Amino acid sequence: MNFQALLNTLPIMGKGMLGIFIVIIVIYICILLLNKIFPAKKEK
Amino acid sequence: METLFSNVFALQWQQVVMWLIGGILIYLAIKKDMEPTLLLPIGFGAILVNLPFSGAVNQIAEGVMEHGAIDTLFNAGIANELFPLLLFIGIGAMIDFGPLLSNPKMLLFGAAAQFGIFFTLSLASLFNFDLKDAASIAIIGAADGPTSIFVANFFQSNYIGAIIVAAYSYMALVPIVQPPVIRLITTKKERLIKMPYAPASVSKTTKILFPIIITVIAGLVAPKSVALIGFLMFGNLIRECGVLNSLSDAAQNNLANLITLLLGLTISTKMQAEQFLTPETLLIMGLGLVAFIFDTVGGVFFAKFLNLFTKKKINPMVGAAGISAFPMSARVIHKMGLKEDPNNFLLMHAVGANVSGQIASVIAGGLIMALIV
Repeated sequence: MNFQALLNTLPIMGKGMLGIFIVIIVIYICILLLNKIFPAKKEK
Repeated sequence: METLFSNVFALQWQQVVMWLIGGILIYLAIKKDMEPTLLLPIGFGAILVNLPFSGAVNQIAEGVMEHGAIDTLFNAGIANELFPLLLFIGIGAMIDFGPLLSNPKMLLFGAAAQFGIFFTLSLASLFNFDLKDAASIAIIGAADGPTSIFVANFFQSNYIGAIIVAAYSYMALVPIVQPPVIRLITTKKERLIKMPYAPASVSKTTKILFPIIITVIAGLVAPKSVALIGFLMFGNLIRECGVLNSLSDAAQNNLANLITLLLGLTISTKMQAEQFLTPETLLIMGLGLVAFIFDTVGGVFFAKFLNLFTKKKINPMVGAAGISAFPMSARVIHKMGLKEDPNNFLLMHAVGANVSGQIASVIAGGLIMALIV
């Protein structure tokens, strides 16, 4: 078992999860803006 | 007479074991209805490539390379990433992002449920896999066939056969893997949390712009994921634009079926006994299971974390639906919710989280390729 190799992957884990969350949050904000700028037409 | 039987005497016991493994995959596909579109071709292909001097794969005869059809298909469609990308067009055309666009908070669970990928990366490294192989194994946690093939091929992993079998097997086993894990890490009170569904309406313009914007955002952050996310979103765009119904239909049915038909058979070239029957294969199967388990754990715990701050509580089971196994995981969560309370309909929340997982898993794949060069 290679504990040093495991420790070496922890920064990758941190950057990876952070990266995913940042991108997802940006997409979240874009969806909110899209829904605000292009609202669905209300049925008469 | 000797010529007729020389091949029989060339048969190795390892090849017979692979026939049995192929047979088990075929059995699971037919009798248990476990991802039959992939497991049956993979299982049959495993038999084809493990016949002595099989003409289906490349052989060297008297110093001359004889090209086999399956290896030719592999070079034409897998080695250059083409088949998974074409399949993604079909998958994108099948996905309705409506539930996510009307309830975008579910996006966060898609992100959280990719934790299993990175946890498995660390664990695989602990077991002495080099970083590229560890990343290829970890991407099983993306719970997405094309992404797993794409990333494993990008890293030129030696274990692509085992990785693909693990990925598709566990995707089919989501109804068996997720529920016990969820029950272990949630309380009855949490599983009973009701989530009424009152979605906002979504305009057609939003549905059309969404795939374009996602491609640009993901592509700017992780350029290596442009092909994956781009082809997925292209499929979705031809679905949502409203003027390409015949193309959307062709993508969802003809294209997806044709590529799926070839994909499983083609991957089986990596199931030749000398490559597949190794102790590492068993370890990869175990790590794949860990990836799925910790995807589930990541999604559930994130929901519990959000509940510390939100007034409207989230049923933590919905977090588990952030895994990319669409639509299986959403159905599993919905069923679990109904079992706890027949009046608690979690389906649309779970579907929102599930499609978010599809996006997040592709982003995860792109980031892993960018972070491990």
